[in-house]
Amino acid sequence: MNRTARWIVFGLGAAGLVALFGFALVHMPVFGGGVHPYRDATVAVSLARRSPNVVSSINFDQRGLDTFGEETILLASVLGAVTLLRPGEDETRARPPSGGRMLSATRLAGYVFLPITLVIGADVVAHGHLTPGGGFQGGVVLATGLHLLYVAGSYPALRVLRPLRWYEYGEAAGMGAVVALGVAGLCTSSGFLANVIPTGVFGSLFSAGTVPVFSVAIGVEVACGVVVLLAGFLEQDLATRTAP
Amino acid sequence: MTALAMIMLALVAAGGTLVVFTSAPARQAVVLSVYGVLLSVLFLVLAAPDVALSQVAVGSAVVPLMVLLAVRTVRKRTRAKDADRS
Repeated sequence: MNRTARWIVFGLGAAGLVALFGFALVHMPVFGGGVHPYRDATVAVSLARRSPNVVSSINFDQRGLDTFGEETILLASVLGAVTLLRPGEDETRARPPSGGRMLSATRLAGYVFLPITLVIGADVVAHGHLTPGGGFQGGVVLATGLHLLYVAGSYPALRVLRPLRWYEYGEAAGMGAVVALGVAGLCTSSGFLANVIPTGVFGSLFSAGTVPVFSVAIGVEVACGVVVLLAGFLEQDLATRTAP
Repeated sequence: MTALAMIMLALVAAGGTLVVFTSAPARQAVVLSVYGVLLSVLFLVLAAPDVALSQVAVGSAVVPLMVLLAVRTVRKRTRAKDADRS
């Protein structure tokens, strides 16, 4: 495709977006105003299902199918990236370097924040239905927190704490758990990913029905998926040698 | 809209422009990371802590890290090819 054709395609797309988006904006409630039809609808449903965090109620209950689609996309992208990053024909596996020079302040900060970050990540996953957060956010915090071991220690140390096979299993298990939860809703209630578990007492850890279960499953999938993804990049960078 | 939201919107606009006009990919990753933090503060100011958490984790940690590692890998391959040629 030459330059002119690209500009024509861009122009058509941009014009369509501006027209449709503008049309949608005209009919939206005013920014910062007092009228929120969606808030009124979702907050009522969320409170009825005992979930103080309305955003999590939308993500993991009212619009669970959207989250399911998103996580499937994440799984597919991790799979695609890892496939592209595997050693090519002219590449061989090599021993990674065992740590370079590092400021002792960086090392100390890494070791101090490693456990703190992992606890925060677990907390964000576990309390997704009560406080801001949820499986996705907590999962990413857990996965990035784990890599502080690479910052503070060395790549071989990270490799010991990161048996990649188990993270691959974890990613599949998390996604599988979401599918199982969805089928459970389909079999016993109104439809795929319906809230089938009793909603319990408002504000307690085991409440809001399937929301925390869904959230934890997503947390496992996202944490493992991001670890596998970053491992693909790190292995390619540090543990692969291009044959001369 | 509060004054704080206005300030953060202006900072995010400035940050985004800076990301676009930083041409070297390795440097762009660092600028992108700072921009990610600014954007997450904007989300927090606009009362969206859930989105702010996602943004700070993905936009200012994972994506810049992936870009940096990809740049390193590409550079390593280019160096290997150059060494091969000379």
